Amino acid sequence: MPSFLLRRFLSIFPVLLAVLVLSFLLVRIAPGSPFSNERALDPATKLLLEKKYGLSGSLPSQVLHYTGNVLQGDLGDSLKFRGRTVTEIIAQSLPRSLLLGSISFCLALGLGIPLGAWAAAQYGKSTDTLLNALALLTLSIPGFVLIPLSILLFSFYFHLFPPAGWGSWNQLLLPSLCLAIPFIGSCARLTRAGLLQTLQSDYIRTARSKGVPESKLVLLHALRPAILPLVAYAGPLAANILTGSLVIEEGFAIPGIGQFFVNGVMNRDVFLVSGTVLIYCLLLLFFNLVTDWLTALLDPRIRLSS
Amino acid sequence: MKNRNKIVGLALLTLILGASIFGPMISPHGVGELSPQRLAAPSQQNWLGTDLHGRDLLTRLLYGGRISLLVGWVGASISLAVGVTYGLVAGYFGGRLDNAMMRLVDILYALPRIVLVIVLISLFDLKLKSALDDTFLAPLATHARLLLLFVGLGLVEWLTLARIVRAQVLTIKERPFVLSSRLIGQRTPTILFRQILPQILPIIITYLTLALPAVILEESFLSFLGLGVQAPLASWGTLLADGAALLNPMGTPWWLIMFPALALTSTLLLLNLLGDQLMLDKDSR
Amino acid sequence: MTLCRALPGLLLVSLALTSCQNRPRADLVLCNGAEPQTLDPALVSGQLEGRLCAALYEGLTRRDAKGKPVPGAAEKWTLSPDGRTYTFTLRKDLQWSNGDPLTAEDFRYSWLRALHPSTASPYAEILFFIAGAEDYHAGRASPETVGIRVIDPSTLQVQLLNPTPFFPSLISFSTYLPVHRATVEKSGDRWTRPENWVGNGPYQLLDWRINDRVSLVKNPKYHHPETVQLNRVDALSIARASTAFNLYYSGQADLLLDKGMIPSLIVPQLRGRPDFHPGPLLATYFYRFNVTRPPFNDPRIRRALALAIDKEAITEKVTRGGEPVAQALTPRGIHGYQPPEGLSRDVETARGLLRQAGYPEGRGFPRVSILYNKSELNEQIAVEIQAQWKRELGIEVDLRNQEWATYLRSLDTLDFDMARSSWVGDYDDPNTFLDCFVTHRGNNRTGWSNPHYDSLLASALSESNPVKRFQILQKAETILVTDELPIVPIYHFVGVLMFDPSRWEGLFPNLLDEHPLSEVKRKIP
Repeated sequence: MPSFLLRRFLSIFPVLLAVLVLSFLLVRIAPGSPFSNERALDPATKLLLEKKYGLSGSLPSQVLHYTGNVLQGDLGDSLKFRGRTVTEIIAQSLPRSLLLGSISFCLALGLGIPLGAWAAAQYGKSTDTLLNALALLTLSIPGFVLIPLSILLFSFYFHLFPPAGWGSWNQLLLPSLCLAIPFIGSCARLTRAGLLQTLQSDYIRTARSKGVPESKLVLLHALRPAILPLVAYAGPLAANILTGSLVIEEGFAIPGIGQFFVNGVMNRDVFLVSGTVLIYCLLLLFFNLVTDWLTALLDPRIRLSS
Repeated sequence: MKNRNKIVGLALLTLILGASIFGPMISPHGVGELSPQRLAAPSQQNWLGTDLHGRDLLTRLLYGGRISLLVGWVGASISLAVGVTYGLVAGYFGGRLDNAMMRLVDILYALPRIVLVIVLISLFDLKLKSALDDTFLAPLATHARLLLLFVGLGLVEWLTLARIVRAQVLTIKERPFVLSSRLIGQRTPTILFRQILPQILPIIITYLTLALPAVILEESFLSFLGLGVQAPLASWGTLLADGAALLNPMGTPWWLIMFPALALTSTLLLLNLLGDQLMLDKDSR
Repeated sequence: MTLCRALPGLLLVSLALTSCQNRPRADLVLCNGAEPQTLDPALVSGQLEGRLCAALYEGLTRRDAKGKPVPGAAEKWTLSPDGRTYTFTLRKDLQWSNGDPLTAEDFRYSWLRALHPSTASPYAEILFFIAGAEDYHAGRASPETVGIRVIDPSTLQVQLLNPTPFFPSLISFSTYLPVHRATVEKSGDRWTRPENWVGNGPYQLLDWRINDRVSLVKNPKYHHPETVQLNRVDALSIARASTAFNLYYSGQADLLLDKGMIPSLIVPQLRGRPDFHPGPLLATYFYRFNVTRPPFNDPRIRRALALAIDKEAITEKVTRGGEPVAQALTPRGIHGYQPPEGLSRDVETARGLLRQAGYPEGRGFPRVSILYNKSELNEQIAVEIQAQWKRELGIEVDLRNQEWATYLRSLDTLDFDMARSSWVGDYDDPNTFLDCFVTHRGNNRTGWSNPHYDSLLASALSESNPVKRFQILQKAETILVTDELPIVPIYHFVGVLMFDPSRWEGLFPNLLDEHPLSEVKRKIP
């Protein structure tokens, strides 16, 4: 077990480096400049700015310069928000997204798994069809429809929550729900599919014929192997949910990190993009490690160090 | 009972597909045709109402179906072809190969999608256009950007499926029937595709039914940013986005949201039910 | 195991505590627009940043609630007979927010800093009216050659290249605002952080949370703190119109300062409400032609296309804010200046011109495109114009949308046929608009060059008689919007303020969209 962890740990650094360099290159190759604006910029000034931030010269030299800085712990400055460092921006915005995302993640799993299990237990009956359709509905409604709809309903019609903003508890619920809803559907569907498959397998059939009650079958015997596909899905899911989303953050005025992934690219703010992608990658790698470990735990037949 | 469901489902899907392909041709309205009836509720003239420019919603919805269904189909196909194979190989061989392959997946997954599409479009848009112009696919040339968007979307969708498939394969490959196949000397591709693949097919189908709406919505997000469909074309996603932008506490043209939403959800529902039917068929062996 | 279970919970709680506000609501909460890029006045180029800078710093003059220039840090000034030398007398005992005395030397330092090439100010050229400034900025001259002299700690003398009648209004602009030398030299790029910040305006920088809000608090060291009624002001950073409007509608925000903060669909429904305050704005929406690309090198074609646009339809059906149609580039309202009549819609003449140019009924017209950056309004306007041209002239144009950075690049490299654009005036004089289209100017972006136009603008700069000067400028603008048409003006923007007039006063819609926060007062019931 420890050797597996160690090896995974060591393999993290090349991945991070590759992601860092690739995202830097992609943003630099994309047409347009981080310094351009509706008001034209004087070429001499533009050159000066590029030199200041280490963005003049050949592409390989820019990459080396940036990578060198990162390895020393300097993630660079934002090109759009002058005077702010990428580290500072991330340090301020990430905790908010983490908070929101954690609540959403718990909602997604906490509601998704039971709903999926219930649907699987009611397989073939009308409850199953209904739950199926419901799950599908949550998957098909995009954020930019869900958000205004839910604000209209819960904020302006029922006066339950404020429509936007950050700072008090009642401003957290609506955005985290909106963030979680598509994932409740997908978790439910994956749980249901996994359970249905496991419930057909031989050892379950044997247990059933021996008289074990259905609910015990589902919960004790079938669930563990059945949620394996969900566990594999949950890795990237966690990374995605914890870094928030642009639509949620702009719709609810939440100062999180999700908007930088899109806006950073649109502004060609290369250091901010690379920095946020690095964080995202770290989260991704971490959760993949966790889910791989969980997978091995849940199914002892898998030998990790083969 | 099962057969009847299947037939009804397939019939409805064919109806939607047919409407998308042929509908725009028989519609009296053009997809970008403006009219003085702006923001009109459903009426005799415009069965589903009109938008801000007086464009007929029904016609645009039918055109939109073409793009959304195409996006979904391309995304799903690439997912399937690339993702499944990748996951099978990684999971089966395990060890260092698995590690390297999964790390590559991690790298590709972490890269920001949007900048990838921007770079793809900027690098290849004109080249693709001129390349297509020379061949029999010339009418597609104007949609070069859309094609590049599909490629960009497809490049990302297969990653999660690969991971899921690999996780499944790790479990299944230790099962007795696989071990015995190995013992009797069956070739690896046979084991992978004839033995293991059928076991994980239900999960794959389920995942595809999740991926389809995701791709369609991803396309609408990118179109919203200026990287996808160009006006006057629309997809269900962009129609939905345009309609949703009009939601406000003071009064909303409901038809601009409801009908695109209905089109999207009912098609996805049908595809899902069909997917379920396929799984049922597999199980009743 | 129990600790492991509790840990995430503890983490969440601590995160929550650190992220949540623990301050009572500010006296005034407004939606300012998106997150400010910077609060360093030398680096500011956007209106929303300018608004905050007007609260945090004070120039020699400042603009009042109606947009007029009034004495700021300078209590009076004299002008030399040739109209080129201003002598400013600063108020007595001016202080920075940390107690340091504010002197004329601070202004000299700040203006030279804004001009210095290493500062890379996007608006350095607004200082080029000062003698020697442009050369200094280009690195060709030393600071002593620039026409800014400190006579004594409270007297500043400025030497201009030409008589510049709008100079008193100009020096309230962000780039001319003073910065605290010691802070800038000590903290470099980080000097605008709340813990380092020093300024001289009616407000101080209390807090600045990224993508959340800028919190301002009254500056007790301001020269007349009693004129500032509101103690704390929060400017929220909101990117979406619908979100901003929701905040206002639910009472979480008191003030919306920008029509861009209101979804355009509901603007007509808001008109007539007592809290809806529209006003003219010194900004124009227009289309550019790339005159280096055929067929737009032919002025008849440009004229034809311009004559065929139904601008009323656009302002009535698309923008819906009561925007005035634009026949000239300069909006009406600049005191003393009459913009030319321009071209009104005339489809018959348009068709005739097209026929003359070789495309009767639009036959054979090349397939060109309208470039725009993807936004709801831009697309809607382009769709309308596309349909109008098809209907009236029989020509087919494509719509080409790009995301922001790519769009700017296309503009700069003249990689377009026609492109959507807008321009906001920096000071209330037609020069701010007309100067863009001088040959080879960075903001020209059309490839258009007309020596007569250039010389007219140059002579206007050195003309000291204001009436004659405006006549010259009018002549120049006529070339631009009636004869040559490298651009087609579509409409002038409308400024909208949303606030409850029974609770707030001191806010007046004005041409320059100036709403100094220090002038806003809550009505005492």
